[in-house]
Amino acid sequence: MDNNVVLTMRGICMTFPGVKALDHVDFTLRKGEIHALMGENGAGKSTLIKCLTGINAFEAGEIRVDGIDGPVVNHSTLDAQKKGISTVYQEVNLCPNLSVAENLFIGREPKTKIGTIDWKTMVKRSQKIVQDLDMDIDVTQNLEEYSLALQQMIAIARAVDMDCKVLILDEPTSSLDDNEVEKLFKLMNQLKAKGVGIIFVTHFLEQVYAVCDRITVLRDGQLVGEYPIEDLPRVKLVAAMMGKDFDDLASIKSDESPVFSDEDILIDAEGMSHKGTIKPFNLQIHKGEVVGLTGLLGSGRSELARVIYGADKNQTGTLKVKGKEAKINAPIDAMKLGMGLLPDDRKAEGIIGDLSVRENIILALQAKRGMFRLLPMSKQIELADKYIDMLQIKTASRETLIKQLSGGNQQKVILGRWLATDPDFLILDEPTRGIDIGTKTEIQKLVLKLAKEGKGIIFISSEIEEMLRTCTKMAVLRDGMKVGEITESLSQETVMKAIAGGDK
Amino acid sequence: MDKVKKITQKRLFLPVFCMFLVMAANIIYDVACGEFAFSFFTISVRNGVLYGRLIDILNRGSEIAILAIGMTLVVSASAGTDISVGSVMSLAASFCCMLLAGYGVSSTTELAVPLIVGVLGGILMGCVCGAFNGTLVAYLNVQPMVATLILFSAARAIGLLLCNNLIVYVRNDSFKFFGGYLGFIPTPIIIAAVCVVVMALLLKKTALGLYVQSVGINKKASRIAGLNSSKIIFVCYLVCGLMAGIAGIVASSRISSADSNNIGLNYEMDAILAVALGGNSLGGGKFSLAGSIIGAYTIQAITTTLYALGVSTDVAPVFKAIIVIIIVTIQAPPFKAYMKRRAARKALAKGGAAA
Ligand SMILES: Nc1ncnc2c1ncn2[C@@H]1O[C@H](COP(=O)(O)OP(=O)(O)OP(=O)(O)O)[C@@H](O)[C@H]1O
Ligand SMILES: [Mg+2]
Repeated sequence: MDNNVVLTMRGICMTFPGVKALDHVDFTLRKGEIHALMGENGAGKSTLIKCLTGINAFEAGEIRVDGIDGPVVNHSTLDAQKKGISTVYQEVNLCPNLSVAENLFIGREPKTKIGTIDWKTMVKRSQKIVQDLDMDIDVTQNLEEYSLALQQMIAIARAVDMDCKVLILDEPTSSLDDNEVEKLFKLMNQLKAKGVGIIFVTHFLEQVYAVCDRITVLRDGQLVGEYPIEDLPRVKLVAAMMGKDFDDLASIKSDESPVFSDEDILIDAEGMSHKGTIKPFNLQIHKGEVVGLTGLLGSGRSELARVIYGADKNQTGTLKVKGKEAKINAPIDAMKLGMGLLPDDRKAEGIIGDLSVRENIILALQAKRGMFRLLPMSKQIELADKYIDMLQIKTASRETLIKQLSGGNQQKVILGRWLATDPDFLILDEPTRGIDIGTKTEIQKLVLKLAKEGKGIIFISSEIEEMLRTCTKMAVLRDGMKVGEITESLSQETVMKAIAGGDK
Repeated sequence: MDKVKKITQKRLFLPVFCMFLVMAANIIYDVACGEFAFSFFTISVRNGVLYGRLIDILNRGSEIAILAIGMTLVVSASAGTDISVGSVMSLAASFCCMLLAGYGVSSTTELAVPLIVGVLGGILMGCVCGAFNGTLVAYLNVQPMVATLILFSAARAIGLLLCNNLIVYVRNDSFKFFGGYLGFIPTPIIIAAVCVVVMALLLKKTALGLYVQSVGINKKASRIAGLNSSKIIFVCYLVCGLMAGIAGIVASSRISSADSNNIGLNYEMDAILAVALGGNSLGGGKFSLAGSIIGAYTIQAITTTLYALGVSTDVAPVFKAIIVIIIVTIQAPPFKAYMKRRAARKALAKGGAAA
């Protein structure tokens, strides 16, 4: 093996029932290199990583790791860790009901002399890890107390804290804000300087150009090629991933800003709040309006939406839907009023893993109809097929379990679930999380189309550009409070300024 | 080879396989004894009623099958088990007999209240117990095992209190019906069949199955998608209690009495086992009612076979335990993963040799 290379994978093949997920894929990782692994949803990125770490058993091919004689076959993440391969998976897979400290040290707990767990040292070291990343976290609290973004940071911190030659990050930034991404990049560069090879998967192209040295592109389970970053400018990268030219930055919004009258008010929240997550706020949404909620991590943007939907109980103030006062005790009440919520935490609050794609799509509609009005099977099939087709969900069949889909495709199924209920008012919390660049544009177009049909939409995204492309109004949040609205001259600059809390 | 693999991966493979295994054991035993090879399956009419080992298994297995219906729902929705069903059976029986005989009467041939009142009273008692368990688990978030432990230990005692510490005998022919015969078919078989058919229809014609599984797999996500997770879990425990009530009436009718200490003894174990044998994960989520029912009768078949083989009542549980260990191991994820890896390695070795 080349002295400079830490990892080679040659001719890796892997088949799932009905899908050839990897077809003779080669991959080479060098020391001190940040290597982007790119491809559309379902291209096989996560599968390739799981073959390396032993979660998937590959059928053919060979893996070699620097410093180990002969081919390497790992049987578990732990196994891979022992060989110096540390991984952060696409879906946070820590234990929500253990403390942050326990999660950081699970499987490698510091021991006392008599072999019991040394809790004091563990907590102390955890505090240090967390502080090094500027995270404001009590390490003795259960992991589930923290937002998805913080959980993602903790997963990263855990992986980074272990001595490794290879660090794998599968969409680590999908729920992070610019600030956190900055921190992560700093960390990655430090490790790179130490000679660690890093595999980085993301759908954010800017991030690729910000840190990566090299790009490997996969398409439909096949290797498209490996390129030094200089040789593959953005347009070419997109073309390589999609297999065709595509302008993902083209403007999609019409320029004229729509005018809304008071009769068109769909949602009128006055003084709503939920203790500990969001302070009283007012918000009006008109028919055909796309309202963006923006703010830093933990600013309460998801929480605001959750209160309107009844996912968190409203404790003060009132909500009027289409002019009528609404009493919402649980999500189902909100749904009956024509609302829908696509939650940001796909794994915990979105997918029903062991149910099929079809069942996942019809679930909300069925819940709305009630238990005794079962959707006829023919109708279920029709709906499932409609959204599989419309959202280009890549699945072996409509009866495939949703957990067997790639992350981005799972997200599309959940989006389909809400579209199937034909809501008047839809809350989309990070709807494009983990979704590839082509489909992302499709979804943005879809949002605008829904608005044109007269639906009201709340759009939440940590990507400001994405919101600028779709929103007509933005509400700015800071520290669990709505601090303002921007309706005119929406631009990167004004929004950033408002978020940071400069002039107001 | 591929065909074999496909069949073994079917959901109902395990329960059906176990069933066949037990039948095979019976056939071998019969042949060894020099009897007709298929005497296990022979059904004859004696004294105007059906008779045969198969009928006996179907008859005796009724209570387990009825309990398994409720247990299946409970396991699926709450990833826990209701260990109180055996005791609740006994309480329902006690309450029913107390109503029929009148409080404080230890033996009667005349019914104190109309039969239907006693029977419905017993079933209602089962529902009350189910509602109690359901409230604890669904609304107060008590661990299912702990929540149902309360009635597991208390229900029999409550039954005894209701019966004024007596074993109440109801020696009335109309009450005997539930454990007796309807025409030439044992009534328990019919009661179990009706319960199964009603539940199967509910699962087929309503969204109950989807709701229960969805909640069992991901409670939080189900709530966001508009399901009332707590209510669904509550209903599952309620149904489980209802079924325990029905099973209690059948069991008590068989012996024309309410023997608090013996009715439903260890039935919770058989019911849980039936669910597991049916290929359902005790971790909740997806379930198959058919699997549980086959599982229930398989257990009864095992028990009956063991007795037929001359294994004494005291030792039989040991054999059952061994069977449980094997089944649980086969179903365990690490074991499955191991088998998968082994297969993959074999394939890899083969591929390597060919190359
Ligand atoms: N456990 C599984 N069972 C069956 N099929 C699977 C399984 N995991 C992945 N697949 C299939 O393999 C293909 C590749 O999936 P993979 O998760 O590697 O995609 P990905 O490139 O990571 O996509 P994304 O960007 O959406 O995360 C997909 O078509 C997916 O449906
Ligand atoms: Mg992936």
